[in-house]
Amino acid sequence: MTQAFRIENGGLINRDKKLSFKFNGKTYFGYEGDTLASALLANGVHLVGRSFKYHRPRGFFGAGVDEPYAVVQLYRNGETEPNIKATEQELFEGLEAKSVNCWPNVNFDIGAINNFLKIFLPAGFYYKTFMWPKSFWYRIYEPFIRKAAGLGVASTKHDKERYEHKYEYCDLLIAGSGPSGLAGAYAAAKNGAKVILAEDKPRFGGSLLTSDVNIGNQSGKDWAEGIIAELKTMPNVVVKNRSQIFGYYDHNMLVMSEKVSDHLPSTKKYHPNKRLWYIRAKEVLISSGSIERPIVFGNNDTPGVMLSSAAKEYLKVYGVLVGRKPLVFTNNDSGYETAIEFKKHGVDPVVLDSRKNAESEIIDEAKNLGINIKNSYVVVAAQGYKKVKSADIASISEDKKQLGKIENIQCDCICVSGFWTPTIHLASQSGNKTKFKEEIDAFVPGQSKQNEITLGAANGIFSLDETLRTSFKVGSELSKKITEIDNEIAIPNVVEKKSSQHDKFWCVPLPKGKNYKRFLDFQNDVAVSDVEIALREGYRSIEHVKRYTTLGMATDQGKTSNLNGLQLVSEIENKVVPAVGHTTFRPPYTPVSIGAIVGREVGKHSKPTRKSPMHSWHEKNNAVFVDAGVWLRPRYYKKGNENLFEASKREAKNVRTNVGVCDVTTLGKIDVKGPDAAELLNRVYTNAWLKLPVGKARYGVMLREDGIVMDDGTTTRISENHYHMTTTTAQAANVLSHLEYYLQLVWPELNVNVVSTTEQWAGAAIAGPKSRDLLKKLFPNSDVSNEGLPFMGYMEGDLFGVKARIFRISFSGELAYEVNVESDYGNFMWEKIIEAGEEFNIQPYGTEALSTLRIEMGHVAGSELDGRTIPFDNALEGLVSKKKDFIGKRSLQRSAFTAEDRQRIVGVVPLDKQTSIPEGSHLVKDDKAPLPNPKLGHISASCWSVEYDNPFSLAILKDGKNMIGQKLFAMSPLKNKVIPVEIVSSHYVDPKGERVRS
Amino acid sequence: MLYINCPHCGMRSQNEFSYGGDASVKRPELNKEVTDQEWDNFVYNRKSIRGKHLELWQHISGCRQWIKVERDTATHEIFRTFKADEEVA
Repeated sequence: MTQAFRIENGGLINRDKKLSFKFNGKTYFGYEGDTLASALLANGVHLVGRSFKYHRPRGFFGAGVDEPYAVVQLYRNGETEPNIKATEQELFEGLEAKSVNCWPNVNFDIGAINNFLKIFLPAGFYYKTFMWPKSFWYRIYEPFIRKAAGLGVASTKHDKERYEHKYEYCDLLIAGSGPSGLAGAYAAAKNGAKVILAEDKPRFGGSLLTSDVNIGNQSGKDWAEGIIAELKTMPNVVVKNRSQIFGYYDHNMLVMSEKVSDHLPSTKKYHPNKRLWYIRAKEVLISSGSIERPIVFGNNDTPGVMLSSAAKEYLKVYGVLVGRKPLVFTNNDSGYETAIEFKKHGVDPVVLDSRKNAESEIIDEAKNLGINIKNSYVVVAAQGYKKVKSADIASISEDKKQLGKIENIQCDCICVSGFWTPTIHLASQSGNKTKFKEEIDAFVPGQSKQNEITLGAANGIFSLDETLRTSFKVGSELSKKITEIDNEIAIPNVVEKKSSQHDKFWCVPLPKGKNYKRFLDFQNDVAVSDVEIALREGYRSIEHVKRYTTLGMATDQGKTSNLNGLQLVSEIENKVVPAVGHTTFRPPYTPVSIGAIVGREVGKHSKPTRKSPMHSWHEKNNAVFVDAGVWLRPRYYKKGNENLFEASKREAKNVRTNVGVCDVTTLGKIDVKGPDAAELLNRVYTNAWLKLPVGKARYGVMLREDGIVMDDGTTTRISENHYHMTTTTAQAANVLSHLEYYLQLVWPELNVNVVSTTEQWAGAAIAGPKSRDLLKKLFPNSDVSNEGLPFMGYMEGDLFGVKARIFRISFSGELAYEVNVESDYGNFMWEKIIEAGEEFNIQPYGTEALSTLRIEMGHVAGSELDGRTIPFDNALEGLVSKKKDFIGKRSLQRSAFTAEDRQRIVGVVPLDKQTSIPEGSHLVKDDKAPLPNPKLGHISASCWSVEYDNPFSLAILKDGKNMIGQKLFAMSPLKNKVIPVEIVSSHYVDPKGERVRS
Repeated sequence: MLYINCPHCGMRSQNEFSYGGDASVKRPELNKEVTDQEWDNFVYNRKSIRGKHLELWQHISGCRQWIKVERDTATHEIFRTFKADEEVA
């Protein structure tokens, strides 16, 4: 294919590097520096897709972020990405793209039948039609709408690309590298400020790349290049292209998405695809420029109708003619600039100016070039289906209500300019209340809210001279405040052509008897008639009109449509535009890829993984791991073909008959030190702590102020003023914060220090009737007899030269000990235990067996201490002191907590002694009762009792105290199970607690 | 994301902190008789202020100190920050 619409010379593309690419399966060529849009236009391809609702043919409307039409599905290096704007996607060798929203193909699209049904598809169609019958929603309507909706298809494969996050701080952040951004950045950089200059396009310079101006005796483009080159050499400046600042958040935090690799055929090794920058700036200069807005006329969505600024950009930046017979339709001087560029390249445009007479330097130049100009003329409708073939034009009366006789003129593109809309998104996101500026018929930022200043066209200033002067000044003053350096900069001389006042005209009336669709929002197919319907049906607030019609709700967020929508509403409602107000600008300004937002926090990187010092031993011994908070813990140790159930039963049984060892390193540990340590514990725990002797441990329960159990664990008095507190694995961090809260804020007079020692100690629980025999072997020099180390006793021991802490505490309900050594010796300790335990048939056990052992003993854990239970509910009221005060005590007097039939922990056994009860099952009196069946309680934990060889569960049951012996039903609709059960004591095994003391 | 001046560490991003609620709440003294109403006010009842609000934050990923922050709940403007034992004038 030849690039028939590429001009001989000119443009900023690299003609030495030809690139091939595929669009809808067909191969084309373009040049390095092209976008997909410019390369397609160079090949004369104007049809890129189909519209969202009516499937009308869609071409190119803009040349950048504002593009509403040219959304494609991109294929790159074996991956696919939807919602890519062809106007932003840089061309690379081998690029492949396809049209979206059409079937079987873009040329012949079945969905286009909607175009003929459009009278049946007005605004609010979905809301009105898919309401009834209700049952149709899930089965028919929703799947149908889902299939019809969306532009492109997301990949279902794992994303191989890498995305990074970066945090940055700077003095000045400058959003946009047009004239105002360059001037502001340069002035600030010269004063030594730390500057970040961000440009969303690949090329710096903004409007200077396409405008016919002179700065300091150079072309605007050359001046921009010089400034950028100098900025790049300065160590205090970061200059970033392909980087969109898309959100302005609280306290001057801005977020920027940098496309690192999207312009390359594949991502370079060790490079991310995108980088998300979180930038905290002292001052922000918003130099985001402006976007041309269209004038609304009939069939204004036909491919070949585009913004006049886009046509100019394709010509000046890419060397591409968007047509050979252009018609320029304008209400201001910008259209003339485009016409002049066409003329300079040997193409004869016709200019229709809605103004009766307008005079300026620009218009004079056009006249001198002999361009055909028709004043008081408008385009009534574009003609042609897949491409503009001609235009119906007419003269228009001064009040813009009456059209003259309609004439048809041949053209192959219509370049439209309805003046400029400042890009105020970032200012508005920062909290700036915008104001309407009559002279330009658009909103501009008002009073700065955070440390942001909007410059140049984004602030509604379209004179280059004024823009440069203010931007240099602002950049210099802001940086001077920060750096206290004042390097004066000579402001360069500017040569620009003066322009005349634009026409306050935005929509061409319908000629008599014609019913052309006049589109406002090109991506969501919202026409003038849709907004009229919404208003007729009573929608008044602009926010409601937006949602009812979907105006401005597409992926382009109405960058070219919102203001015209407001004009229409204000006209029908007979209000001025500022009284209608605009919809809220919310981040992101442009779509941000989900991958960039997630960054590196995917898969195993989504949270830290903690491993105990014995982890490698567990791995070598076939442990199957489970996530326990941030820790990885062995769930069971697999032997042969065992499953979870078989292995955990074996391990638990071995604890009950021989001896087992369990890695308990993950338990939270807090060192509590100081003369008032006992007093603190006495206030934090529900039971008494003042008289605990040195060398003794005690079990404690702590409450929140609302009386709910927060955590439990044993705390040991190591020495006079030193306690070793343990918490559950899950609550370790919260308990530390809780203690710090009371010590720092409530009782600062207590002389106590707390610090986490969880990672400092490796822990092994040795449990089972033979555990003392094993301990004797491990600590031959210590008296670990029942007298020497009684239940809840503590001593230090010497483990083959390593200092160890020995606690006689038990979670399994068996005779048991917990041995702690410094973490680095954890593996040493573990291996010694296994080695010495061999003769006692020691087996390691995981969390599943640990659960089994505690459940059949009726010991509570996280599933009972679930943030809804008080001590009584867990049969822990014996630990609640009546004598002293403690955190949460007063709440226990609440009537609900003292009710006679208060819920309480019970044991549950299935009548058939066979069927395991799913955790979460509800306990009910009558399994046949009508729904909702009154719930008496729920199953909190289930296991297979190794003591009795039948299923056993714990439950929190209403009036549990008086329910022992009752027959109920456990119902799990989720598992579709109804199990007749008997309520028994929660202390299923060794209810008198004799084993732990043996 | 808020930018909070920790009186011990300096300006730090919000993600280093954890929120701790109304700083004006005072816990009733231990062993003191309190009415149901007084206790409910301490545990549950909070004014949902629009405007200046004195609140607690803990610099959980920093110095671990609890601090007081005077913040506008509507605009997020932070006026002053205090150490736990500093009197708020």
